[in-house]
Amino acid sequence: MGLSFAATFAERNLDVSFEMRTGETLAVLGPNGAGKSTVLSLLAGLLTPTTGCAELDGAVLFDVGGSGRTLTEPRERGISLLAQDALLFPHLSALENVAFGPRSRGVPRTAARAAAHKWLERVGVAELAHRRPHQLSGGQAQRVALARALAVEPSLLLLDEPLAALDVSVTPAMRLLLREVLQERTAVIVTHDPLDAFLLADRVLVLEGGRIVESGPTAEVLTRPVTAFGARLAGLNLVQGRRTRTGFAGGNGIEVPLADRLPEGTALVLAVRPAAIGVSLSGHPGADAAVVSAEIDDVEHRGDLVRIHAAGLAADVAPADAVAHGLVPGLAVDLRIRHGDVTVYPTRREEQESGRSTAGSGR
Amino acid sequence: MELTAVRLPRWVLVLAAVGALFVVLPLVAMALRVDWPHFVPLVTSESARAALLLSLRTSLAATALCVVFGVPMALVLARTSFRGQRILRSLVLLPLVLPPVVGGIALLYTFGRRGLLGGTLETLGVDIAFSTTAVVLSQAFVALPFLVLSLEGALRTVGTRYEAVGATLGASRWTVLRRVTLPLVLPALVSGAVLSFARALGEFGATLTFAGSLEGTTRTLPLEIYLQRETDPDAAVALSLILVVVAILVVGAAHRVRPLGGPATARPPAPAVRRAAGAP
Repeated sequence: MGLSFAATFAERNLDVSFEMRTGETLAVLGPNGAGKSTVLSLLAGLLTPTTGCAELDGAVLFDVGGSGRTLTEPRERGISLLAQDALLFPHLSALENVAFGPRSRGVPRTAARAAAHKWLERVGVAELAHRRPHQLSGGQAQRVALARALAVEPSLLLLDEPLAALDVSVTPAMRLLLREVLQERTAVIVTHDPLDAFLLADRVLVLEGGRIVESGPTAEVLTRPVTAFGARLAGLNLVQGRRTRTGFAGGNGIEVPLADRLPEGTALVLAVRPAAIGVSLSGHPGADAAVVSAEIDDVEHRGDLVRIHAAGLAADVAPADAVAHGLVPGLAVDLRIRHGDVTVYPTRREEQESGRSTAGSGR
Repeated sequence: MELTAVRLPRWVLVLAAVGALFVVLPLVAMALRVDWPHFVPLVTSESARAALLLSLRTSLAATALCVVFGVPMALVLARTSFRGQRILRSLVLLPLVLPPVVGGIALLYTFGRRGLLGGTLETLGVDIAFSTTAVVLSQAFVALPFLVLSLEGALRTVGTRYEAVGATLGASRWTVLRRVTLPLVLPALVSGAVLSFARALGEFGATLTFAGSLEGTTRTLPLEIYLQRETDPDAAVALSLILVVVAILVVGAAHRVRPLGGPATARPPAPAVRRAAGAP
C-alpha cells in the first residue's frame, strides 16, 4: 500500500516516478521551474499527465497513454492540497471553510461543524472559528487552511510551499505544527527550504529540469553538503550530533551549550549559515563559541563574498579579510562558530539516533 | 503610506467640471420644469400607472431571463476554451452597440409571424410579436450583455484556484459552482443584474419595433413618456422624473453591492504577483 507515481508531462518537460509507503512524508525540493508544483497538480488531478499512471492505496489516480485512459476526478482521489496561499473561501467563516470538505462529502451540517471545531482546535485557532478570512493574519489563515485540508481525512496530503508566503516570525510555529500533524501521515511537501525537508520529511526527492536528480532518506540527502543539492540549495552547514548533559556535541568536536529540556542522547542537528562562521589564523576558544581547526580545502568566489571550505564546513568571509589573512587552500585556519548563530533541533529520523552517521563533513 | 492628493493640471479639472455639468444640467433643467402641484395626479393617471406597472413587471421578467441564461453564458465564456470563442463573445456583446431599433427588427424577423421561428411558434399556438412577451424579449435582448460582461470579468478576476481547492476537498462540480464560484462572484452578479434591470427599464427602440405600443400590454413607461410628450408635456416630464429617480436608485444599489464579502482591501492578492514575490 502507499503511493506509486510515474508520469510525464510534455508541456513542462517533466518525467518523474517514485513510490511512497503509507505514513511516509516525502519532500520535493529543487530550483524554481523544476516541476515540483507540477507533480503536486498531477497528483491532485488539477493537471492531466501526457502519459503515466499512479495508484494510491490500490486505487488508480490516473492511467494515461497505455491501453486505456483512466482519470479519477480530483474530488474522488482522497487527496487534499495546502498551497502557499491559504486560499480560504473569502465568503465563509473559518469554521465553515473547514466544514466545507466534510459537508461536500455528505456529512450532515452539525456533524461537519463539530468536526471542523475539532480540527480548528487541533491547529490551535479554535477561538477564530467565526472570523472571516480577511480578519485573519497570514499565519492564522494558513492554520485554518491546514485544518480544512485535514478535515477530509485525506489518504494523501499535498503541501505546496506551505510556509513560503508566511511572515518569518510565524514560520517556526507553523513548521512545528506541520511536523506534528505529518507524523504517521502520508504527505508530499514541496519546499525550497532545507529546514522544512529536514524537520518534516522522511525522504527527499530533488528535481531539476523535470527530472529526479537525487533522492533518498532526508538525512542522507540533506546533511551532506557535498551533494549537488546540499551545496546549492541548502546553503547551510549542517552538523549532526547529540544531546549531552550540557548541550550539543557533534562532528569536528563542535560543542554548544543548550537550555532545552531534551533527554540526554537525543540525536540533534546543528545548522549554521556559512556567513556566520568566522575564519582566522588563530581562533580564541571562548565561552560563547566553538572552534574547529582545519586546513582550507578550497576557496571560492560567491558574489561579494569569498567562501572557504574546510573540514566539511563552508564559511563566507569578506574579500578584504580573505586577502588580509592570505586565505588560500592548504592554509591552517580556525573556524569560529558562535553559539548564538547556530540552530540546534532534534532530528526526525530514528536511524540517526543509532549514531550511524559521523559528522556533517560528508563524502 | 497614503500619498497626499495627486495634483492634476488645472485644465483637466475644468474639462471634468464641464463634462459633469453636461450630465447633470439637463436633469436639473427637467426637474425645474416639473409641474409640482399636479405631480401626483400626473404620475398616477390610469395610463401612467399601467405603463409603470407594465415596465416594472417586464423589466423584472427580463432581468430573470438575463440571470437564467446570462450566468451559464458567462461561465462558459470564462471557464472553457473552444474554437470561435472570441467570435462568440463579440456576437454576444453585439446588442450593446447595436441600435435598439435594429435589434427590434431582428427580433421581429425571428419571432414575428413571418419570422424564422414564427411558423413553428404559430403551429404551437404561440404568437409573440406585439405582446407583453415581446416586450420582455426586447428588454432581455438589449440587457443580456450587461450581465454577461460584468460576470465574465469577475469570474476571470477570481480565477480558478478556489474552485480547484473545492474540488480537492471532495465537492462535486455542482457544489463547487453553488458554494464556491457563485458566492465569490455574487457582488458582480448582483450589480450585473441591477444594470440589466436598469437597461430593461429604459428600453425603447426594440420594444416599439417588435412589440408596438398598446396601452396595458406593450406600452412601457418610456413609450408612454414619448407619447405624452406630444399631448401632455407636463405628464411626460413628471414620468421622466420617476425614471430618473429609479435610475439614481439603481446606480446607487450597483455601487452598494461592491463590498459584499469583505472590504476591497481584503481581497485575496493576485496569485501571480504573490507567487513571484514569495519565490526566492
